[in-house]
Amino acid sequence: MRIGVVTFPGSLDDGDAARAARIAGAEAVRLWHGDPELHGVDAVVLPGGFSYGDYLRCGAIARFAPVMETIIDAARGGLPVLGICNGFQVLCEAHLLPGALTRNQHLHFRNRDQWLRVVSPDTAWTNNFTEGQEILIPVKNGEGCYVADAHTLDALEAEGRVVARYINGNPNGSQRDIAAITNEAGNVVGIMPHPEHAVEALTGPSLDGLGFFTSVLRALAGATAGGQQSGGHQ
Amino acid sequence: MARVVVDVMLKPEILDPQGQAVANALPRLGVTDVSSVRIGRRIEIEFAGEADLDRAREIADKLLANPVIEDFDIRVAEDA
Repeated sequence: MRIGVVTFPGSLDDGDAARAARIAGAEAVRLWHGDPELHGVDAVVLPGGFSYGDYLRCGAIARFAPVMETIIDAARGGLPVLGICNGFQVLCEAHLLPGALTRNQHLHFRNRDQWLRVVSPDTAWTNNFTEGQEILIPVKNGEGCYVADAHTLDALEAEGRVVARYINGNPNGSQRDIAAITNEAGNVVGIMPHPEHAVEALTGPSLDGLGFFTSVLRALAGATAGGQQSGGHQ
Repeated sequence: MARVVVDVMLKPEILDPQGQAVANALPRLGVTDVSSVRIGRRIEIEFAGEADLDRAREIADKLLANPVIEDFDIRVAEDA
């Protein structure tokens, strides 16, 4: 299985995301923001960082990158896409996920190990977790406060599309403690904390982040076994 | 050359912590009669020819503002 990791100008965590994909057992394929080709990848990770300097708004300019035009189409066709931190902001700006990420309520950049509760294991990126599982992965953001109107929030909850919530403290003021959400089909997930930084005992607070990457491999294996197209091939 | 000004503001229901931080600093200047501050962004677009408000509106809607959290207002600059 080939997991593509996009590098925008200003991406920071593309290297760690590619490494996490490799540790999970995938082949990591580096994708370049200016190249619209997906090079036959089966899934895509949009990494953390400050794409295009995060000028205007976080993720606002990255949304119009040539590679994003292709990814937006492929995601609508079922390609699994995980947006981490800045990647989550890009997915919201691209309207693949509802709502928006705004300045942390307390205005401080927050950098710490964060407990989450996995609320929905029914996505391409979380099927290796159990419902209610508590995991510890790093969070590091200045604009991670998830907001949406009450109607959207109610719909996300009713449809089981809140994927993870902050527990033991909300680091940024996100509404309803939302740390991660998914689209209606469950193939696109945006998460503010960083699973790719929690895949090895040497550098992470846990190995809990690895589950996101092994989940997508399982989803892809299931899709192949079921005779369905994974949607990522050009 | 014609200049179009785009003002982008957070929607009223979206919390503006930057504005709050500024409002909280005002008493240190001796200002005590301000109840609220909200911070937005002003963008000036120079058109090579005539001002094209429809085009400016499209630019604002697609890129300059995020309609999920922000409202925008456009006008041709008086002194352009």
